[in-house]
Amino acid sequence: MEHRRNAGLETWLMYIFLIGSTIAVLYPIFMMLMSGFKTNAEIFGAPFSLPKSLNLDNYKTIWTTTDVPRYLLNSAIVTIISVALLLVTGTMAAYAISRYKFRGAIMVSMFFLAGLMLPLRLAIIPLFVQMKSMGLVDNLLGLIFIYTAMSLPSTVFILSGFLRALPGELEDSARVDGASELRIMVEIMVPLITPALVIAGIYNAVPIWNDFFFPLIFIQTPENRTLAQGLTTFFGEYSVNFGVLYAGLTLAALPIVVVFIIQSRRFIAGMTAGAIK
Amino acid sequence: MQSTDYESVRRARTRNLKLWLALLLTPAALLLIVFVFIPMGSAVLYSLYEWDGLARKGYVGLANFSDILFDPVRNKVLFHAFWNNVKVFVTLMIIQNGYALVLAMLLARNPRGYRFYQVVFFLPVILSTVIVSFQWKLFLNPVFGLVNKALIAVGLESWAVPWLGLPETALPAMMLVNAWHWFGFPTLVFLAAIHRIPTDFIEAARLDGASEWRIAREIIWPLMAPAVTIIVVLTFIGSFNWFEIPYVMNGLEGSPQGSTDMLGLLFYRTAFGSISAGGSDFGHGSALAVLMFIFIFVFSILATKYLTSREVEMN
Repeated sequence: MEHRRNAGLETWLMYIFLIGSTIAVLYPIFMMLMSGFKTNAEIFGAPFSLPKSLNLDNYKTIWTTTDVPRYLLNSAIVTIISVALLLVTGTMAAYAISRYKFRGAIMVSMFFLAGLMLPLRLAIIPLFVQMKSMGLVDNLLGLIFIYTAMSLPSTVFILSGFLRALPGELEDSARVDGASELRIMVEIMVPLITPALVIAGIYNAVPIWNDFFFPLIFIQTPENRTLAQGLTTFFGEYSVNFGVLYAGLTLAALPIVVVFIIQSRRFIAGMTAGAIK
Repeated sequence: MQSTDYESVRRARTRNLKLWLALLLTPAALLLIVFVFIPMGSAVLYSLYEWDGLARKGYVGLANFSDILFDPVRNKVLFHAFWNNVKVFVTLMIIQNGYALVLAMLLARNPRGYRFYQVVFFLPVILSTVIVSFQWKLFLNPVFGLVNKALIAVGLESWAVPWLGLPETALPAMMLVNAWHWFGFPTLVFLAAIHRIPTDFIEAARLDGASEWRIAREIIWPLMAPAVTIIVVLTFIGSFNWFEIPYVMNGLEGSPQGSTDMLGLLFYRTAFGSISAGGSDFGHGSALAVLMFIFIFVFSILATKYLTSREVEMN
């Protein structure tokens, strides 16, 4: 009896803890969403009540009078091109390292792995000088190159693990049939590591989409700002209109939250890929 | 005749293979060299010179380093910021990772809604730090903010202080925001580690009548040591590179009264200039970056070594 009552209490405590944590996460996000439909007067007068109506005025203000849509577009461009470039160049390098025996192969993979330990933020000064001389300051292309380069080590690391595990018979039989190395890679081997490409893509896409530091240093003109950086400008301009600010945050969070909810399993697997062996 | 033919085909094939490998490796290697390795190497070089804006002046040896470490004015700011980073690391280890550990242990018992909790706890992790910082800056606003409105509503008027405006409360508030933002990450890393422990270990202990607390402390905790190592090192790196939350919530100067100043902010001010630091100073900025890199690198290696040796011992 004693034991049973104890177990019951433990279960109760467990659910109180889990549900409490859930509320602590969801309630602030819910309040952000709701406050975006409110006017300043409502936010001040009735902060916790639901909005009187699903009033979209704040969103209209954002869409028509601010640069937030532009920031969203820029972030999408930078993220999509960086991840595409990253997966293509990363797959090529990982393929060479893991599917061929050649002199210096170990040196080459060490070279890629060394990049894992270098925090590029701390090299921002020389990087700035270099980007300036290359004409890549205040240029989305500059961000794309930086993001691709700094994400390559982890990508090569993740992909070569998967590529190495593929059986050699597959390519041998294709080779006997006279298929070219390129065809073997593109048509036989790479399709087999699609799950790894998704993991490596998410692992790097989320931090690229969310990044604030590199645009802060490299982007100057409003048309080139990305989302995270652009929000600081937006907050400066609308600092007294709380409804618009909440709506702006909701809008900024929306794309990644939607993708996350649809693909939560892959996101969790992808983002924890570096920390789970 | 036959054999030389074969030989030449083979040679051509090897040559082609070399070309093929070079083709595969060059784009990635080039990107990495130009945008990561050259800048990282140059940072060391830059720290040995005096700079005037973008122009490099004379070679000064280690003078920039000794200025930062021993000049009375600079040294005070540096150690003040460093001490704040230490506070952040220690606090996050306790409130963020400690909380995550408890949640992971609970989730490992497979409660109803197991998947749902995982998705919810991970939701703040995927949000941009800038969004999270601004969201909580609005919530913590002394007049309009929901936090103080809630405190007043439940009769705690005296608690409704300007959280980000007081030197005693600004840093704790920011650390709580960081914990809200990130706790889902260690939770799911710990959970994955617990799931790798063979279930018969835990089942056997349970059959022997061991309490849940004993199972957690004597079986799960030692066997999840590798995950703990990773989280400690990642939290350390994150704490000593802490930048976005203090920057967005209280600005570049670490206000109020330097109570939220961090090495990351100091580095930015030194490198690119600010009200308090004056114009941009690439020499001292680079020296600070090199020092931070060495410190983080050495600590990470030592911590990994120490924590890994603990793993082996317990297994």
